[in-house]
Amino acid sequence: MRHLEKPLLSLAGAVVLAASLTVAAPDGARAEWEPKKPVEFVIMAGKGGGADKMARLMQTVIEKHNWSSKPLTPINKPGGSGAEALVHLKSKGQSDPDHTIMVTLNSFYTTPMRQKKLEVDIATFTPIARMAEDTFLLWVHKDSGIGSLDDFVKAAKAAGNGWVMAGTGKLQEDQLLTDFLNASYGLDMKYVPYKGGGKVAKQLAGQHANSTVNNPSEQEGFFAAGKTVPLAAFTPDRLELFPDTPTFREAGADMVYFMQRSVVGAPGMSDEASAYYRDLFKKVYDSEEWQAYRKKKSLRGAFLSGKELMDYWMAEREIHRQMLEKMGAL
Amino acid sequence: MRRAELVTALLMAALSIYLMWKSAELPIGWIPDEGPGGGAFSFWLAAAMLGSCLWIVVNWVRRTSPQSQSTRRFMEPGVLKMFLLVGGGVTAMVGLVHFVGMYGAIFVFLIYYIRYLGGHSWRTTVSVAAGTPVVAFFFFDVALRIVLPKGYLEPWFLPLYDIFL
Amino acid sequence: MEILTLLLDGFATAFAPINLVLVIAGVSIGLFIGAMPGLGSVNGVAILLPMTFLVPPTSAIIFLAAIYYGAMYGGAISSIMLGIPGASTAVATTFDGRPLALGGKADKALIAAAVASFFGGTISIVLFTAFAPPLADIALDFGDPEIFALMLLAFATFVGLGGEDIPKTIFSICIGLVFSAVGLDIMSGEPRLIFFDIVGFMHGINFLVLAIGIYGIGEMLWTIEVNRGQTTMSKAVISVDRIARNLKDLLGAWKTGVMGSVLGFFVGILPAAGATPGSLMAYGVAKLTSREPEQFGHGHIAGVVAPEAANNAASTGSMLPMLTIGIPGSPTTAILLGGMVIWGLVPGPMLFVEETEFVWGLIASLYAANLFAVLINILCIPVFLWMLRMPFTILAPLIFVLSLVGGFAPTQDMHDVWLMLIFGIGGYLLRKLDYPVAPAVLAIVLGPIAEPALRQSLLISNGDMTVFLTRPIAGPITAIALVLLFLPLARLIVNRLKRSG
Repeated sequence: MRHLEKPLLSLAGAVVLAASLTVAAPDGARAEWEPKKPVEFVIMAGKGGGADKMARLMQTVIEKHNWSSKPLTPINKPGGSGAEALVHLKSKGQSDPDHTIMVTLNSFYTTPMRQKKLEVDIATFTPIARMAEDTFLLWVHKDSGIGSLDDFVKAAKAAGNGWVMAGTGKLQEDQLLTDFLNASYGLDMKYVPYKGGGKVAKQLAGQHANSTVNNPSEQEGFFAAGKTVPLAAFTPDRLELFPDTPTFREAGADMVYFMQRSVVGAPGMSDEASAYYRDLFKKVYDSEEWQAYRKKKSLRGAFLSGKELMDYWMAEREIHRQMLEKMGAL
Repeated sequence: MRRAELVTALLMAALSIYLMWKSAELPIGWIPDEGPGGGAFSFWLAAAMLGSCLWIVVNWVRRTSPQSQSTRRFMEPGVLKMFLLVGGGVTAMVGLVHFVGMYGAIFVFLIYYIRYLGGHSWRTTVSVAAGTPVVAFFFFDVALRIVLPKGYLEPWFLPLYDIFL
Repeated sequence: MEILTLLLDGFATAFAPINLVLVIAGVSIGLFIGAMPGLGSVNGVAILLPMTFLVPPTSAIIFLAAIYYGAMYGGAISSIMLGIPGASTAVATTFDGRPLALGGKADKALIAAAVASFFGGTISIVLFTAFAPPLADIALDFGDPEIFALMLLAFATFVGLGGEDIPKTIFSICIGLVFSAVGLDIMSGEPRLIFFDIVGFMHGINFLVLAIGIYGIGEMLWTIEVNRGQTTMSKAVISVDRIARNLKDLLGAWKTGVMGSVLGFFVGILPAAGATPGSLMAYGVAKLTSREPEQFGHGHIAGVVAPEAANNAASTGSMLPMLTIGIPGSPTTAILLGGMVIWGLVPGPMLFVEETEFVWGLIASLYAANLFAVLINILCIPVFLWMLRMPFTILAPLIFVLSLVGGFAPTQDMHDVWLMLIFGIGGYLLRKLDYPVAPAVLAIVLGPIAEPALRQSLLISNGDMTVFLTRPIAGPITAIALVLLFLPLARLIVNRLKRSG
């Protein structure tokens, strides 16, 4: 079999050479790059969660329309709040940067800051596409009798430390928002972390917790059943799905917070490959399925890619650094 | 057997102490109004492991457990040889995955085991050793989309990907 | 009788040609995936989820539910034939299924597993049909203290599982629980027990890594030692006559089957519990209530019937909270839930009102899947038995290969394969000294559910331990668990006193 190996190796060499020559080539030549083997589609979160559902929807859309010549193979790497996924992507950057992409969320900013040992710098990663921004709302149980933000503040103040706010993970999005509420309204809510948004929603529906700051997609089942009520949204303007729910901005507290749903490539990905994935995910973004999903789940955030996306990441990273510093988590 | 019982108990005791020490990186005490700290669960269970190991040693001294009375050897020479041949073979297979990938390692391991340990004919050996990776490729890479590692053999698989994926 | 009309409509949906084909295909694929060590229903459903966009949602979920069911049946096959649980739900099946197979009664164990699964499936679907809407709210009443109490109960029913050597049994349980704590401490958000700072430990130690190591590699090394690699595995024959006789033997275990089915169903509908604790508890209860408890672990037929009836019943049960309140009762239903969302269905109480065709089509297809699974399974028994006739020196390396691939597939990380190898060799050496290994495997399955529930409860109660005793649901469960935990100890002391007195 050795005689087979040699031409293949020299072929690989030729491809590398050709690739380095076409870096500055116009768009037409670039579009010719295609993955040579299945593309590893890392998911920075566990099975069944919001990020996982979206990643599998993207994969489904790509397969349905046959937009990629090689399949995307999803792998969940939730370990260490995404630390494992980040390290994996970084190491792939050295061995095979062109066939590994990852669906990411806000732990993309916070995990490298909190776990310095990983030596991950997200500025080196390859921006591909921001597919959406998920929104957050403040929820309470219907039977609590709370109908407005004022009622909520009154009740939570009265309960003091006995008020249970359930959320996903420790020192992540939900706790950042809880800390914000505690600080702006002078509350002392107790934050209890759970493993995923679904579990959190169930705590509220079963009245084991008093409130949550879930995404609409995590809470919608109970909302539709009339078990839980949204009080206010952490968005700049009202959400289409919840037209009667005011924003915190309207209520005088300037808090806007989103969860990004983006696709990132391994560091050192070739320009041809990143252009290929950018086009691919632009197609997914524009697809009917994705647009319908965005509408249904109250997702915001326009398509971003390339330098724009990197600028957005750097700005968000700075915001998260400040929030974590305020919490004393760094 | 008697010596192995004591050595194992002491080794496991050492492992327990390591686990306790490692757990102690997080708070192991009771945090007021919160309950046990992050390391408490594993720390106290590792402490219970240590306790069990000491109990095993006490049984050894008092000769109450069957192993502490046994005069048989822990491993007869024949068993030891078999263990080294088989265990070593499996270990080598796992190690080989990093170089020649899953399919290459399976192929080499099956030839080693079926031909040299099992003494089967070359015909049987080669048909099983070559058939298994092929079936596995279609089951995992093609049907289930679980891409098994290919190591340095990856270039050989690129044309297969073009055909089947 | 509205339910009956709805159910009949559902049958019309389920027996539409395309859905029937999907049920049969799903069951067959599921059987195969379930029988592979390392791949369980969760892998099968997760992997095939994207392939379901070709068909309408009702057909898609019917297909996935058929895979789920088939995998539940299939898990028993590798438990019995190879001694490696195909999934965590089939762990309890190895305890008696394996000794039966080694004793030349593989056909008996396989038929018992298939019939018990069918039995459990049928009872649970009937329960499901009758009680789906009212039962939905019970699941919501289970908060953290209740879940912890339930885990305590699961452990209590298993106290008798270990060997004769008490300190070694305690050691085994504790090491399993410690390994289950590896990874991330969700309460503090800090990484925990990351040995030597190896990144692979961050995702924790997967139950399958320990189970495949011990039951795959360790078990093979053990068998090679016992047989000196010379003899082939025990042979089994199958004939219509033997099947008839086996079925007759099974009649004696019908009570166990009913107990397992009902227990499995109710444990299954509890969020976070799922089929694994259900099957373990059913095994424990079967042993406790048996007239010949000493036969358990040495090939008692009830030891196969109880967990198999329970895990199938639980898999139906765990769909209930998924459909009615959108809370998955098991990892597999979590994936199904993800699928439903992609297909545009909103799980929750409204689903039963708005999507009757979908819900009742699914329920009816469960009946169909159950029926086809038992038929296909029994038809395939000769194929599985053929595996046993293979010379051991070919079967053994193939099992090592299966273990290697099975250890890799769930996380796709070589770190886990190395860990599996270490557990296999370590488990084999410890087993030579009579350290029981099964308690460690159970502990690593239940630990990750029990520990967070304990700490979340205490955080909410401000560190007040009485929360487990004073709540209306948690209290009685905890009390029963404590009684069961201390019963053997009390019995031991009484026996000692009697002997000395």
